[in-house]
Amino acid sequence: MKPEISTHISRQYNEELEEIRSRVLHMGGMVEQQVQLALDALVRGDAELGASVSTNDYLVNQMEVGIDEECNLIIARRQPAASDLRLVMAVIKTITDLERIGDEADKIGRMAVRLAGEERPKNNYQEIQFLGNHVQRMVHDALDAFARLDTDMALSVAREDRKVDQEYEGVMRQLITFMMEDPRTISRVLNVIWAARALERIGDHARNICEYVIYLVKGKDVRHISLEQVEKELKADGGK
Amino acid sequence: MKKSEMQTVTVPAYDFSGMTEPDAETMRAQAVLSSLKAQVKNLNFYYGGTVQALKNINLDLTEKRVTALIGASGCGKSTLLRCFNRMHDLYPNNRYEGELLIHPDNINILGKNVDPIEVRMRISMVFQKPNPFPKSIYENVAYGLRVRDIKRRAVLDDKVEEALRDAALWDEVKDRLQDLAFNLSGGQQQRLCIARALATDPEILLFDEPTSALDPIATASIEELITELKQKVTIFIVTHNMQQAARVSDYTAFMHLGELVEFGDTSTVFTNPAKKQTEDYITGRYG
Repeated sequence: MKPEISTHISRQYNEELEEIRSRVLHMGGMVEQQVQLALDALVRGDAELGASVSTNDYLVNQMEVGIDEECNLIIARRQPAASDLRLVMAVIKTITDLERIGDEADKIGRMAVRLAGEERPKNNYQEIQFLGNHVQRMVHDALDAFARLDTDMALSVAREDRKVDQEYEGVMRQLITFMMEDPRTISRVLNVIWAARALERIGDHARNICEYVIYLVKGKDVRHISLEQVEKELKADGGK
Repeated sequence: MKKSEMQTVTVPAYDFSGMTEPDAETMRAQAVLSSLKAQVKNLNFYYGGTVQALKNINLDLTEKRVTALIGASGCGKSTLLRCFNRMHDLYPNNRYEGELLIHPDNINILGKNVDPIEVRMRISMVFQKPNPFPKSIYENVAYGLRVRDIKRRAVLDDKVEEALRDAALWDEVKDRLQDLAFNLSGGQQQRLCIARALATDPEILLFDEPTSALDPIATASIEELITELKQKVTIFIVTHNMQQAARVSDYTAFMHLGELVEFGDTSTVFTNPAKKQTEDYITGRYG
């Protein structure tokens, strides 16, 4: 039973729910762009672009506050129940994770500024680029799953998070090797490590968003349980 | 990034070996058996012998819990509630089919040989609009006891006080027990009706939209009272106010066009109902 927003007797209520939903997607788009720009800045060594990502983080924060307030009003005015209640709860949680993704983008932006003045490695941060593309896709798909209320997609994004974690481990090993080979690179590589870590965290946040999508659609709280368990729960619930 | 995230934290090992997995199914079955107060089994009801208002209802009431009945107007909520104290007997040609068992004695209160007056002693009802008798506050509460032939003043006094205390009305009326009941406010009149219903020590208390004629403060006090009362009696409440059902009840039943659509824990019904019809109703959608 997929939640339908626009079938309430009160048209005003439909509009209010539709409004928060589309604002989440808008905020998601903004966050996606922030991550993209931060990554570009880092890979291209563009200090100005990196700084602009940090400056624009306040816009993402503003969106979070605005949507939060709208959710409060809906709860106060409508006392949402069942799927409406789950939508409002999922929105409140999703925007928290989106805001944190924004913070991570801000962090990467700042690292880009620091790294811009340093010597560029031969591979031009290819490993960060890969990791970055991967988590960007995750964020995009997580938002897509939210927009379409698609639990299958949400689950596949959650699965991706494991791969991202593995990739992150690989990047770490590589960077540690660099530092051991040439201790002069330590201060620079540490900054790269912070950026890689930020990307890995973005993957975690995307996974969280997917968990809220599953909660929203199926009414099952799948946080803090293993992927296998989640799959089993969803399968058991298949008929619904 | 916080430094602490980088450090490895050692968590002291906790010994889980003493804990055994309880057999959930067995425990549940036992709990259900011991706490069942009433059972509706395959109940059909016909108004005037022809109009079927209830269609094959099956429902269990758990002892000392609040069960709420929700649904749109005309879905049969009140009809079902009224079966519990045989109110339909007051009109000719109304017909029951099926059983309504009261535990622990396992009596079918719809049975022809069961006296409706006796049923109403054990199962009291409070209505939508406060309906005190045109008598004093005291006599309103004592009425059911007098029907039971209790005449001793001391016993009556005690019972009236107890019922009024249970209905959270005693402190407000103890100095004016001989006043006419109509002089009380709407909320007080409703609590007086609850005291009157409680005076005969019923096992089940039925509420038919008890707060729809009351202001928010009186409503809150009645809801508070319901939560208190469930320590003593089993409560079955019909309400149009869904937030009220969500607030006061442990179990919720949803009815639609004479059928019981869904019955379950209130917390589940209001966050993740199993049926689409229930979802549509509680979220205010087109049915």
